[in-house]
Amino acid sequence: MSAFTGTGRLARLVLRRDRIKLGAWLLGTPLLGFALAGSVSEFYPDEAARLSYADTALTSVVARAFNGPIFNAELGSIVVAEAYLTLTLLAALVSMFAVVRHTRQNEETGRAELLGAAVVGRHALLAAPLLVVVGANVAAALLLGLAFAAAGLPLAGSLAAAGAVGGVGIAFTAVAAVAAQLTVTSRGANALAAATVGVAFLLRAAGDVLGERDGLQLVSAWPSWLSPLGWGNQVRAFGAERWWVLGLPVVLLVGATLAAFGLARRRDLGAGLLSDRRGPARAAAGLLSPSGLLWRLHRGSLVGWSVAVVVLGVSMGFAADEVNDVIAENPAAAELIAAMGGGVDDLVDAFLAAMLGVFALAVGAYVVQALLRTRADESGGVLEAVLATAVGRVRWLATQVVGTVLGAAVLVLLAGLATGLGYGLAAGDPGRCALELGGAGLLQLPALLVVAGLVTALLGLVPRWSVSLSWAVLIGFLLLGQLGAALDLPQAVLNLSPYTHVPAVPAVEATTLPLVLLVAVAGALLAAGLAGFRRRDVPS
Amino acid sequence: MSVIAIDGLVKSFGAVRALDGLNLQVEAGEVHGFLGPNGSGKSTTIRVLLGLLRGDAGKVRLLDGDPWRDAVTLHRRLAYVPGDVNLWPNLSGGEAIDLFGALRGGLDQRRRDELLERFDLDPTKKCRAYSKGNRQKVAIVAAFASDVELYVLDEPTSGLDPLMEAVFQEEVRRLTGNGATVLLSSHVLAEVEALCDRVSIIRAGRTVESGSLIELRHLARTTVTVETVRRLTGVAELPGVHEVRAVDGRVRLEVEPEHLDALLAHLIRFEVRALVSAPPTLEELFLRHYDGADDGRIVAGGGAEPAQ
Repeated sequence: MSAFTGTGRLARLVLRRDRIKLGAWLLGTPLLGFALAGSVSEFYPDEAARLSYADTALTSVVARAFNGPIFNAELGSIVVAEAYLTLTLLAALVSMFAVVRHTRQNEETGRAELLGAAVVGRHALLAAPLLVVVGANVAAALLLGLAFAAAGLPLAGSLAAAGAVGGVGIAFTAVAAVAAQLTVTSRGANALAAATVGVAFLLRAAGDVLGERDGLQLVSAWPSWLSPLGWGNQVRAFGAERWWVLGLPVVLLVGATLAAFGLARRRDLGAGLLSDRRGPARAAAGLLSPSGLLWRLHRGSLVGWSVAVVVLGVSMGFAADEVNDVIAENPAAAELIAAMGGGVDDLVDAFLAAMLGVFALAVGAYVVQALLRTRADESGGVLEAVLATAVGRVRWLATQVVGTVLGAAVLVLLAGLATGLGYGLAAGDPGRCALELGGAGLLQLPALLVVAGLVTALLGLVPRWSVSLSWAVLIGFLLLGQLGAALDLPQAVLNLSPYTHVPAVPAVEATTLPLVLLVAVAGALLAAGLAGFRRRDVPS
Repeated sequence: MSVIAIDGLVKSFGAVRALDGLNLQVEAGEVHGFLGPNGSGKSTTIRVLLGLLRGDAGKVRLLDGDPWRDAVTLHRRLAYVPGDVNLWPNLSGGEAIDLFGALRGGLDQRRRDELLERFDLDPTKKCRAYSKGNRQKVAIVAAFASDVELYVLDEPTSGLDPLMEAVFQEEVRRLTGNGATVLLSSHVLAEVEALCDRVSIIRAGRTVESGSLIELRHLARTTVTVETVRRLTGVAELPGVHEVRAVDGRVRLEVEPEHLDALLAHLIRFEVRALVSAPPTLEELFLRHYDGADDGRIVAGGGAEPAQ
């Protein structure tokens, strides 16, 4: 029996379990690509429109940080700039979660033990999901390439751009394979892998913000080359394609896979790299209540999120100040902004407001994952044991909601404070900037309340669907926010997202009415969720 | 007043009728065995008693309250050990015990430490590192260290070794010695025989037998194997005699306990050389129901519990 015996059979099991999740992504990716390519060509029909886009993309720090570099003013370049972040983040997250689901989560639940006892080689448990996920990325890339070409973009560039997206997915597949060996829990492995995506984004953004403009082309600085997200850009799809860059994710995959197999050989099934420490024999008084337990279970993830938000906030604050420098060096951009009817301050404010919106979306993911823990507890059986004690259902779920919303409030406040601090340190008056943006951050809270309300309503009313629907709704909000304008969607559709209704402070004045309405909607959803949870069977 | 009184309980999950008119009566101070094949509805019944599931029809009273409406107040007066114990992986066993105790409304610290010692459980280990048996011990210690009126135990010892099984039995006796009531769902027949005053056997969501073990034995047939000098005739026609078969020159038959006397009077006329009379073992009592020997094989899949 070789170390890989049974890989094929296990791969079929992975496909069977993930046929909906991977299938939806596999089909969604080319559809999204096709729709974006179509709408971009409508938006920028002629040379002049494309040139002005390219000029903004090359001068604006915001555009450089979020959309990455461009290499000419062709339609394809613009499509990549508009679609790259969304498509690569989707590929990275889908791939990482799939790998962790079929490796560390299997070990955590004991399924791996059952499988490992069958005629299955030592490495098959890791090789099978890797095979499937890498295969899915290749397939998604091919479909995406065809979709771009079908939308009328040049074939070579289409394949290069799609290959870049697939490469990012493969690179993070590799990262997840290693992360799953290091931590004991799947939650930890997912967090570790997600953190590397954050670092990769920061490196890429830094490299592109610090890059040099050369005509209509941006030459990224070295940090971009340290990031798998940067590699995809450096393929220079629709420019002078550098196909060899597509080899970098493959090299990473081979290296990481060998490392993961090596780590797996050195540890026991179910164990991580670090063995578990012992805990206290008696519980501290602070643990002995639903809220104490909530704090204990979520504090680790809240601290991790806080660190990430502060680091990102301060660096984005610094980046905002560069808007001033870029404009000082580039009179054409200043003219463009002036033509749009704004001053330099407005541009900085718009950037800061956009940043806070992005933070609020990310904190939405915190809200969803924290609240869905109740569903995991229910499926795992521990909720049953808790509700058999003298803790009422409404009290239990309400505690989860209040705790999660408080955590979200801390995160958006920190995001605002850190962004303001970073900008203030660079532009002067850090104290005032921090306070001002901290307040602006808190204004995002009503949108997050709506997210919390939605998840609670799903938990109470359609528990079996709560996990998939909660994430689907959040991804929907993300797509509306990121792509709504690019796809030129009608306002009625954009209004479906609570994030649409948050005033973009500091770019515009804060208004009370939309916030009050958001809170009211959230209240109704929460009430429906709690009522449903009180009446339904547990477990169900 | 009965501690548990269930009358005609019905619970369906979609098209599957998990409980189909179930009855259960548990009196104060007794250990009541709750038996039935896998999937017969034991855990579903217990979940209804705990107010986790809502029955579709029938009457359910628990400690003289409504288990659904009065869940929180009733839960202060009972402790529950689930069949499949899941805990928070990053809490230590000691923390989990204290937490469950606190959520229930208090824990006797001295009893807790004593139980930890008796069950030989290390409370400093993280819950994710415990084996199935040790997770069960955490739940048992947390329940037994609570001073309550009713203990609901759903297959509490399925992962314990024989030594711990003995400790468990002693501790259950101690609970009832203090006046508590215990509902014990179990597959370990020796445990049921050792602990239970009365048992209820359910199958496919219905109660098929209920009573003390002695009563149940009386309800069941005794197996008699007899060897006679002269050829034995006419037994099959006697009232209450069933399944007459010749085995190795002997005759084996089953007889209802109240007709044993008439059978013996009949046998004497054929010069009995050897006679073995075996009352039904508990195992036979159960197997009769588990196998569904009376009305065809309808054991597995007869009922359903929600997927875990």
